[in-house]
Amino acid sequence: MTTQTIAPVPSRSLPRIYALEAWYEFLKQLRMPAYLVPTLTFPLVFYTLFGVALRHGSAGPFDMPTYLLATYGAFGVMNTALFAFGAGVAIERGQGWMLLKRATPMPPFAYFAGKLVMSVLFSLIMVSLLFTVGATAGGVRLSAATWLSLTGILVAGTLPFAAFGLAVGYWAGPNSAVAVLNLLALPSAFGSGMWIPIQMLPPVVKQIALFLPPYHFAQLALRTLGLDRGQPPSHHVAFLALFTAASLLLAWIGFRRDEGRTFG
Amino acid sequence: MTRTTPFDDDRPVAELRRAVKRYGAVTALAGIDFEVRPGEVVALLGPNGAGKTTAVQLLLGLARPNAGEARLFGVEPRRVEARMRTGAMLQISKVPETLKVREHIHLVSSYYPHPLPEREVMAAAGLDGIEGRLFGKLSGGQRQRVLFALALCGDPDLMFLDEPTVGLDVEARRAFWTVIAEKARQGRSVLLTTHYLEEADALADRIVMIGRGRVIAEGTPAEIKSRVVGRKIRCRTALPLAEIAALPGVRDVRRQDELTEVFAAEAERTVFELISRDPSLSALEVRGADLEEAFLTLTNSDPEEVAA
Repeated sequence: MTTQTIAPVPSRSLPRIYALEAWYEFLKQLRMPAYLVPTLTFPLVFYTLFGVALRHGSAGPFDMPTYLLATYGAFGVMNTALFAFGAGVAIERGQGWMLLKRATPMPPFAYFAGKLVMSVLFSLIMVSLLFTVGATAGGVRLSAATWLSLTGILVAGTLPFAAFGLAVGYWAGPNSAVAVLNLLALPSAFGSGMWIPIQMLPPVVKQIALFLPPYHFAQLALRTLGLDRGQPPSHHVAFLALFTAASLLLAWIGFRRDEGRTFG
Repeated sequence: MTRTTPFDDDRPVAELRRAVKRYGAVTALAGIDFEVRPGEVVALLGPNGAGKTTAVQLLLGLARPNAGEARLFGVEPRRVEARMRTGAMLQISKVPETLKVREHIHLVSSYYPHPLPEREVMAAAGLDGIEGRLFGKLSGGQRQRVLFALALCGDPDLMFLDEPTVGLDVEARRAFWTVIAEKARQGRSVLLTTHYLEEADALADRIVMIGRGRVIAEGTPAEIKSRVVGRKIRCRTALPLAEIAALPGVRDVRRQDELTEVFAAEAERTVFELISRDPSLSALEVRGADLEEAFLTLTNSDPEEVAA
């Protein structure tokens, strides 16, 4: 069949599309309490409670306000990415919004890039708030370089959990996604030492933790403070890279499955 | 504003060729052929489950045909240059609820090279006064209008409207029709799916009737109506079915228990013939055949279907 000649692709601004996509994604989530509570409120409240208010109750070998700053920061970033992608994609698939977007000339990657940027923005807001509480009420003192490297590691943690969220988003139903995410994220956050230092958990949990992605993320964050358990960082990075790759593969299979299923 | 015409010839802007789509054991489209030419409003008319939505999804590149081919502006429907000339209103429940009407339109407009000015979109879709409202706070009819605005805002050469007026009241439906007719006057093409004959009649240049994944009939609204808008005559008669079927204007006849049902183009003439042949005819009843019944008669008289 002969292909009709079509005028060359007319101009539209790709950077503008990506910027708008990210901005509206951000606005959309900002107006959604169901997103703000697990991503901003939980880490802040827990940190204030366990890291600041109760720090003297559990006299461990750690400087609790400093230690928990890293782990609750990691917990917050993980939630931000998981819920942005997991709940977001599942719900938007359920509504048919994804289908409509796919019918538009939107650059396909803009949707995911928008969510990623939004997720990073929320992580930065959450981390800044957390650091403010830590530096004031918690009395945490760190060098500027340490503050920065901790921020960098925390924000980089968006990637593996965004990938896993995407997989959940393509496999869970719109009504079950949030429940599935909570069921996975909360116990694994606890078991990874994000709420209470891993050293204070029972030995069996310490063993299980080695297989939990949040554990490896938290250890990398703690390493910037010199409070990790001393395993080589390459080990943590490799684990998280593998986890990211497996999640993306799972998401890809789910996406393909979705394409064949739309029916009417 | 000057705008180049989409095509300087009459090649189709959208076409399905022998398209087959199966979902598991269900055959949604059983080899379907039709096209939309530039400036044409085509209505895909058919009952629920006929395959209308599947046809739209193939043309939009949202699903791939198992066999045959779908083309949009002569190219594969997923190509971005085809999509930039296309707007779609699908049967979806929602768009994100925490964005405002204006924000939704702003975002989707940005995907297109020559979007319509915001004012024009709002006016055409009847969104004046609610631009600042969150989508989640809108009524059903208002939501439907936002989805229409999203199809419209890129000023596409071809609009897909999948059951656009379902759930709208009569007034809102007429307002929709006015805008669609206006787009057609400007030379835009529209592919509309509907199960309302009235809607297809009001808007379309051409109606493609589909049922069970096949094209049953195709023609101008007048041609389709003459085939579809018939009467159903019900009576008790001893006449053999073959004799009734041979009467002029009779499209279909069937017997259920004691009662004979005759589908006819003109009831008066057929009733006269029936009574003159069988004076003992009784329990006579005449009423309009609804679209579902019209489909059944058309489907039964489709030679392909009989052969199958």
